[in-house]
Amino acid sequence: MAATLPPPRLLPSGDSAVAVEFSRTIDDAANQRVLALDKALAASPIDGITETVPTYRSLLVHYDPGRISFDALGEKILPIATQPLPPVTKARRWRIPVAYGGEHGIDLEDVAKALNTTPDDIVARHVAADYKVAMIGFTPGWSYLSGLDKSLHMSRRQNPRLLTPAGTISIGGIQAGIQCLAAPSGWHLLGRTPVRTYQLHRNPTFLTEPGDHVTFFAIDHKTFEEQDRAAEAGEIIAEQVVA
Amino acid sequence: MSRLVVASIGPASSVQDGGRLGAQRYGLTVSGAMDRLALAAANTLVGNEPLAAAVEIGPFGATFTARDGAVRVAISGAPRNADVAGRPVAMDTSVTLKDSETLTLGFARGGAFTYLAIEGGIKGEPVFGSLAVNARAGLGSPYPRPLQAGDEFSVDAATGAPELRLELPKPASGPIRVVLGPQDDEFDDANKALFLDSEWKISATSDRMGYRLEGPAIKHLHGHNIVSDGTVNGSIQVPGNGAPIALMMDRGTSGGYPKIATVITADVGRLAQTSAGTAFRFKAVSMAEAQDEARKFAQAIRSLPDRLRSADTVALNIEALSDANVAGYAVSAMDAGTWQVTAEP
Repeated sequence: MAATLPPPRLLPSGDSAVAVEFSRTIDDAANQRVLALDKALAASPIDGITETVPTYRSLLVHYDPGRISFDALGEKILPIATQPLPPVTKARRWRIPVAYGGEHGIDLEDVAKALNTTPDDIVARHVAADYKVAMIGFTPGWSYLSGLDKSLHMSRRQNPRLLTPAGTISIGGIQAGIQCLAAPSGWHLLGRTPVRTYQLHRNPTFLTEPGDHVTFFAIDHKTFEEQDRAAEAGEIIAEQVVA
Repeated sequence: MSRLVVASIGPASSVQDGGRLGAQRYGLTVSGAMDRLALAAANTLVGNEPLAAAVEIGPFGATFTARDGAVRVAISGAPRNADVAGRPVAMDTSVTLKDSETLTLGFARGGAFTYLAIEGGIKGEPVFGSLAVNARAGLGSPYPRPLQAGDEFSVDAATGAPELRLELPKPASGPIRVVLGPQDDEFDDANKALFLDSEWKISATSDRMGYRLEGPAIKHLHGHNIVSDGTVNGSIQVPGNGAPIALMMDRGTSGGYPKIATVITADVGRLAQTSAGTAFRFKAVSMAEAQDEARKFAQAIRSLPDRLRSADTVALNIEALSDANVAGYAVSAMDAGTWQVTAEP
């Protein structure tokens, strides 16, 4: 029998949720364990669990204390959470078009200056990476990506912007992101995608799932306008690859 | 079908229900009523499911007019003066507006949110099983935004059922109870004690997303940036300036500030109904106690129908009357507590 993995911490989040924490930092191995536990709980549900929310380093498990207590739930989760990770299965990959720079990526030039290089070089590094959706949060469809090229790691803006556009593609710290709705942000805005990761009356409503892989490719601003109209009408635009 | 027209209404008023569950993993905010017990009480009075959609009315006054027929409604939550065409209406009672009659609600006298439930419920298009307004994401029905004067609801014509009142237990008082964590280890003992032993006030800049707490600055052990993780209703996060924020129903599904404690389910509504500027304290309880209270809270909502009484039985609530007078409000006996003086014909 394969050795079990070190147990996660069970952090009480009030009387109706528990954060199953695998790491205190952003760590791809911890995120894999989060997603594996999430999958395992979906495959064989524990009675009383109402909803799970994967994040970078922990799985927040919402439950009904009228059906299961904190202690009883912990006893059921721990053996599952310490199982060796299942072999990697085929991941879904999204190819996402991005109009970089100009009005759509107002920080691209500043990021290039700060890193002593050209905007084209920043774009080249941004499209070269293979990203993974580590979590979705903050606002609907806001996909937090791991896998940002180390040379693009830089601290967030001193002054967060109160409003950044829908579809913003940005970087912040060691993370990259796809933002769906207009929202405040302290990240650096590199471009915009016409792809809606959340669109209410489209099937599917939510495009990305935690665990999906993502790559970006550059489009010109005219293509952005065309694809943006098509996306508004309900087209998915993003290309799906099963790899 | 009748219509209920919003003749006038203040800010922070919207359609709310039990919330939008099941899609927090996609970043979809839950929303829902700030005070679930009051929502359930109003709904129970008119025969609706306890967490059906109702109008959540913010601290200011509001008026509603029945059109094209009679409309039966009920009010519960933050107490206010209320009347229908000059006839006083007590809190926690149902009342029928005849065609063209207007229900007038005054300012909240203590608390913030009052719920107006409509017999037969609010008609709309649910998204993820909910009509709750989430203005930021453009969700909610029939209006995906806070209510405005001129909005109207298509509603069932009043059934003519006899009017009811709810005999509610005296509301809980005392400190707002919390369970420490999930990140209480990001704070040293002195700062945890400072959080638990200090008097707090809710800032006037609070909203359905979060209640900002005014009091001493709480310091972190290792700085205020943690890796984002999931949030719940009542998560108390401490940002860089040390001023805690209790996350409420319109919270983001994840957040990146350390969370020192979490308000217990049974007390989230009480916190929601704490007026800006009112001093209060927190008290840490064990997980076992918090879960016991959560079960009792769920039972209290389920058993509301057992507390329904005929509205024409007079029950003079001396305690409520005296509380109201001590608080210095000029109130008549008719709007303080559960005394219903007029029986409907």
